[in-house]
Amino acid sequence: MIRLKNVVGSYRTSRGSINAVDDVTIDIPDGCILGVAGESGCGKSTLMKLIYGDIVPPMTLSGGSIEYGFTDERGAPVTSANITRQWFNRIAYIPQSSMNSLNPVVRVGSQFLDFPGPDRDKRRVLETVKAYIVKLGLPVETLDAYPHQLSGGMRQRVMIAMATFFQPQLILADEPTTALDVVVQKDILMLLMDVQEEMQNTIVLVSHDMGVHYQTTSRMLIMHAAKAVEYGDSESVFASPLHPYTGMLINSLPTIGDDRAREGIPGRPPSLWQSLEGCRFADRCPLATARCRAEEPAQLDHRPGQFAACHYAGETPEKRGETKWR
Amino acid sequence: MSIDIQADPQPVINAGPERRTTRGSSLMWLLNPRMTAGLIIITIFVLGSYVLPFFCPVDPSQQATYMKNLHVSGKHILGTTALGQDTFWYLVFSIRNSLTLGILVGVGITVISTTIGLSAGYIGGNFERLVMLVVDTFITIPLLPILIILGALIRGNTTFLSVGAIIVVFGWAWGARTIRSMALTLREREFINMARFSGANTFHILVREIFPYVSAYMVVGFINTILFAINTEATLAVIGLSKVEVPTLGSIIFWALNYNALFTGNVVWLVAPIVATVLLFLGLFLTSTGFNAAFATRRGVA
Amino acid sequence: MAVILRTDHLNKVYRLGSLARSREVRALNDVNLNIESDHPVIVSVVGESGSGKTTLAKTLLRLVEPTSGTATIYDKTIAGKGIHPPKREFLASVQPIFQNPFEAFSRYRPVDAYLQETASRVAGLGRDAATDAVIKALASVGLEYADVRGKYSNQFSGGELQRVSIARALIPNPSLIIADEPVSMIDASRRMIIINLFRALKEEARRSFLYITHDLATAYYISDFVAVMNRGAVVEFGTAREVMSDPQHEYTKLLLNSIPTTRSRWRTRPTLASA
Repeated sequence: MIRLKNVVGSYRTSRGSINAVDDVTIDIPDGCILGVAGESGCGKSTLMKLIYGDIVPPMTLSGGSIEYGFTDERGAPVTSANITRQWFNRIAYIPQSSMNSLNPVVRVGSQFLDFPGPDRDKRRVLETVKAYIVKLGLPVETLDAYPHQLSGGMRQRVMIAMATFFQPQLILADEPTTALDVVVQKDILMLLMDVQEEMQNTIVLVSHDMGVHYQTTSRMLIMHAAKAVEYGDSESVFASPLHPYTGMLINSLPTIGDDRAREGIPGRPPSLWQSLEGCRFADRCPLATARCRAEEPAQLDHRPGQFAACHYAGETPEKRGETKWR
Repeated sequence: MSIDIQADPQPVINAGPERRTTRGSSLMWLLNPRMTAGLIIITIFVLGSYVLPFFCPVDPSQQATYMKNLHVSGKHILGTTALGQDTFWYLVFSIRNSLTLGILVGVGITVISTTIGLSAGYIGGNFERLVMLVVDTFITIPLLPILIILGALIRGNTTFLSVGAIIVVFGWAWGARTIRSMALTLREREFINMARFSGANTFHILVREIFPYVSAYMVVGFINTILFAINTEATLAVIGLSKVEVPTLGSIIFWALNYNALFTGNVVWLVAPIVATVLLFLGLFLTSTGFNAAFATRRGVA
Repeated sequence: MAVILRTDHLNKVYRLGSLARSREVRALNDVNLNIESDHPVIVSVVGESGSGKTTLAKTLLRLVEPTSGTATIYDKTIAGKGIHPPKREFLASVQPIFQNPFEAFSRYRPVDAYLQETASRVAGLGRDAATDAVIKALASVGLEYADVRGKYSNQFSGGELQRVSIARALIPNPSLIIADEPVSMIDASRRMIIINLFRALKEEARRSFLYITHDLATAYYISDFVAVMNRGAVVEFGTAREVMSDPQHEYTKLLLNSIPTTRSRWRTRPTLASA
């Protein structure tokens, strides 16, 4: 169980500091695939970096704590302070556009030997690597190729192979399929789910595509303007979202066969540079009242296991007597 | 007919440092420490060398005006030369002439190389191939040997500015090649297509779309060309192939060497122009790299 | 019925490599399309990367010359070897919207400069008439001229900038607007703003669109006709409903099956080790 308690991630610049992640408290159970959704700039990438422990100035973990639920070699519990020693070992990160992270002038096989492992015999490691990538659906010749000779999908598979080679307990994938075609995307997502099923580890997946979340995740976290606005089982979040933003996110995607009118979410999240009072979604929310603008809603469990930060969680314009979502 | 869309009310969140609402309203972003230092030095040189000559009592290059090899004193700030000239005033005129030559050559080379480079890079096709053939030919011709030969042939019979003209003729090619490759990459960018579909013709695209992107390089190139021109002329003068009667930084060194300034004890005569040259080059270099740094940080913002 | 778009045996072959050993890449492989209608239509060309859809768009925009074959837009032949329609006329009838709105405008020019230029050079309007046209075009995409004037591309969001791009394309009243992946760089939740705009412009302003995309769902949503491309060839063509609900070609079926929808799952959710 990974516990995030009141996590605040800020960026300190010459202009001042802003909280890109503002007071997020969630528990991530082991063995789940957690999807993090939200518009660009909502803080999901920063949250990933915080969880991974890639905290370099100007970014800081200025508040709260992250406990990972496992202990290191010396038996001490792993927290944000010592998580960096677990990189590639217990925790792996697949960054955005990672298929472009491969060294273009080095063969793929040699890049596998770049990071240290317990086994010093290179040939033996290479054999293990070969067996592993075949299992992931790549031909053995991939290791002899240069990155530019492989397609985007194959490169992403290589990145997943590298990230999961030491069977980490936690895999963080930041938009792993955004740059890929839809057919390849399905293959990669299925691959990730296969990996999770076999290793029984936890995957945190960031994507702006709610369809991807629907297909792969078991829990969902929705973020808006650095705040966590909804969190719960994917099943119930998709079927009956508590927070109006979640509902609007889901409804903003057209689906084939569904001829209902779809609307994009109007407006934009508030700038984090200004002082913010009340609910940050109030300006764009069809349910907003004066109370919303004055008082920031707390993260309450409106349903067991599913929380939402909204004064009117679970309501829809229909219930209120209005005609439809705006 | 209008669509009922709520216009996005606020500017973008991912704002970095201050966003100006009107571009170019102030040039404060240019001033980093390097740039400031460089500009101060250059301003001193420029003001000094262009303004001071008005106060000079005599023609500094006229020989036997004063006593030879006088030491530094209140009357002669840097002493006098072995030819009876006031070292200080001679130096001031030298700096002025060198700077003038440098700026004229800089302007000439920049204008020619930009025009040729931009048009070749953008227009492409056979025009580009022909132009690049000419450019590459000029690049491979080594400048200094040519200048030495020319200098030896027409020694003393050239005007001072014809040396500058020769430097322009043989110095424009390198910049043209660089600008052409910049134009090549810019040609493929989407906003060029946008400009075409907005009705712009080739000239407008070159001037309004592509030129701003090469202007940063041009400024740096211009300053470097000044350096190059002064340097080349000085090199020629020191070996006696320029019109050494005209005071320039190079010719003053030429005369100092020819009259064995070091051995006769008139060290100032030799050292002063060297120091002045180094300082001038330092100023130009600092300005050039200061510009570079300022543009680089600006690109990070924009 | 007017021929909105027709391509006759359109081919584009790229030769890669050196003179001695070269490889042929068929970006467009005998593309034959014929779309006729009396009303404005939205035609989607759907495919993955490498399918040829972008090459098709570039050929129709005359940014690339086809190796063989011709293309006709609204009864005028506009592409083909040796075909050179008068520039002014072409620009007034076909206009593009590009994928990356931030790349589509120069960093050094205010975006309304492009609109003014289009109004005066392509539409041939005088100073005041041009400004009026710009105001009207911006209004039709939901933007105020005062909010746009004098601003540079980095002062807008992706969605707003794309709307400015659309406004610019509307100014000369083109018969066909070719949009190359216009929403792929915009947040998923905001794409519908642009997509709905296309539909409204088709119905109210009577413009036809050629919508190039890899996203079948948005294509389904607004298109009258859909062409599916794979490896340079059109593998399926029909009305949006036909193609999506009853696909004939294997590749179309594969595409449809791969879309992550929010209706039915590919496989059951993982059971949690601890809830």
